[in-house]
Amino acid sequence: MSTVASQVEVPAGVSLPIYMDNHATSPLDPRVLEAMMPYFTTKFGNAASRNHSFGWEAEQAVEKAREQIAKLIGATAKEIIFTSGATESNNLAIKGIAEMYRERGNHIITQVTEHKAVLDTCKRLEKYGYRVTYLPVKADGLIDLEDLKRAMDDKTILVSIMAANNEIGVLQPIREIGKLCHEKGVIFHTDAVQAVGKVPVNVIADNIDVLSLSGHKIYGPKGVGALYVRRRNPRVQIAAQIDGGGHERGMRSGTLNVPGIVGLGKACEIAYEEMDNEAAYLRGLRDRLKNKLESELDYVHVNGSMEHRLPGNLNMSFVYVEGESLLMGINDVAVSSGSACTSATLEPSYVLKALGLGDDVAHSSIRFGLGRFNTQAEVDYVAAKVIDIVKKLRELSPLYEMVKEGIDLTKIQWAAH
Amino acid sequence: MAYSDRVIDHYNNPRNVGTLDKSSTEVGTGLVGAPECGDVMRLQIRVNPETQVIEEAKFKTFGCGSAIASSSLATEWIKGRKVEDALAIKNTDIVKELSLPPVKIHCSVLAEDAIRAAIGDWKKKNGVAEAVESTAAAQ
Repeated sequence: MSTVASQVEVPAGVSLPIYMDNHATSPLDPRVLEAMMPYFTTKFGNAASRNHSFGWEAEQAVEKAREQIAKLIGATAKEIIFTSGATESNNLAIKGIAEMYRERGNHIITQVTEHKAVLDTCKRLEKYGYRVTYLPVKADGLIDLEDLKRAMDDKTILVSIMAANNEIGVLQPIREIGKLCHEKGVIFHTDAVQAVGKVPVNVIADNIDVLSLSGHKIYGPKGVGALYVRRRNPRVQIAAQIDGGGHERGMRSGTLNVPGIVGLGKACEIAYEEMDNEAAYLRGLRDRLKNKLESELDYVHVNGSMEHRLPGNLNMSFVYVEGESLLMGINDVAVSSGSACTSATLEPSYVLKALGLGDDVAHSSIRFGLGRFNTQAEVDYVAAKVIDIVKKLRELSPLYEMVKEGIDLTKIQWAAH
Repeated sequence: MAYSDRVIDHYNNPRNVGTLDKSSTEVGTGLVGAPECGDVMRLQIRVNPETQVIEEAKFKTFGCGSAIASSSLATEWIKGRKVEDALAIKNTDIVKELSLPPVKIHCSVLAEDAIRAAIGDWKKKNGVAEAVESTAAAQ
């Protein structure tokens, strides 16, 4: 009897399950938790309370966090607005700019592999009379700057292009995009959730006007994020989307999440200090994983550019093996798949499809998201396990058998269902 | 998504994985689904020409765990049955046996299709459909 159940040995020092899905979220760094703790209990003040020490203490902590965040991205503290996370930051940036600059124009440019927080926000604006251009990406996942140039017209008010993609980790040429925007007097927003703290991002050098970031992607807490809004050259204005007490220079009302903000600040401080070493470490782990998989398995390929990529990202297709069945076989390893079967919509990843991948290859993809707390022993175990399961599932795969027999799968009349 | 124990069992220990000689007249092959949809099942049967009993059933499936389990279960169920009895298996039986959630019902439908396709292929090869009809006409 054939068996798919894996017998790969768990090396010493590795405890299961292994978390390797750091693009979805990352574990809280213990140093971050430590910084946050007092702000849940003794230092519980409202940062907007101006009349007593509880308020001052909270405000001081918030201002320190603003400095820590600003330092990481080359901004000034006054340019940081706190939000509930990157989805809110993206909404606030795009809707707030669209509203504020309506007189100047109604055209927005973005691209097809953005996160849904950007795409769905743009779709909503289309209903309100805005025109949105969704730039395509090349096979490597990068946009073509010539496409961007051509898409700009005298009604263009905003370009929103992500710094790093959440599925394939591809880094867009934000510096060049920002430069183009500044030449044309167009505001440049970037969703930098996956990039900040992982690769150098500097709002001055990279010509960024507005930037979204999030706490929980950088070993900080969930439920807190920030928006950088440039104050000079040019000064960017954003219409508030949440009205209330006029917090955050009137751009985002609501009592500040002080412990969360302290955590975000601490996470940024750690990232600032450790990013270079960590990036080298993660790149090493990632390449080790890739090399092991590629040397043991045929019909595998990396999705998206290897050159312009986050150090901790590996997105691979294991052709002729369906992604969800692979995940099931490696159920002690937390990764994610572009397979339709893992999504609520039963549609395979739109990001992978945008690269020109067929649905069949998109169904076979796995995203490995390496992070600060992953070890080489874990990588070795994950590689061995994936290799084991892929080989077993290919013994089960009629497609793999047919291809090995020399049958061209594209010539078969499949009955789509 | 949480899988039922039965799905996990079939996934971990799939029954009757393999390939039969599709050129044999005793063998019927059904290939259903499409790679773009994320599911392809190939189910094969070897039928005893004397007794019409399915003596061997083999499958290979590209698809999620539920698709693998559905086809594995299908081979288990049709083995030892007469061809006409195998056709009585309904996708709802598979859903029940494997406790498939609504989003996975298409896997069971595909397995039923695979049984029908394999039997259809065998019948075509052996001229069985016509034989049954002509018997009916003679009566």
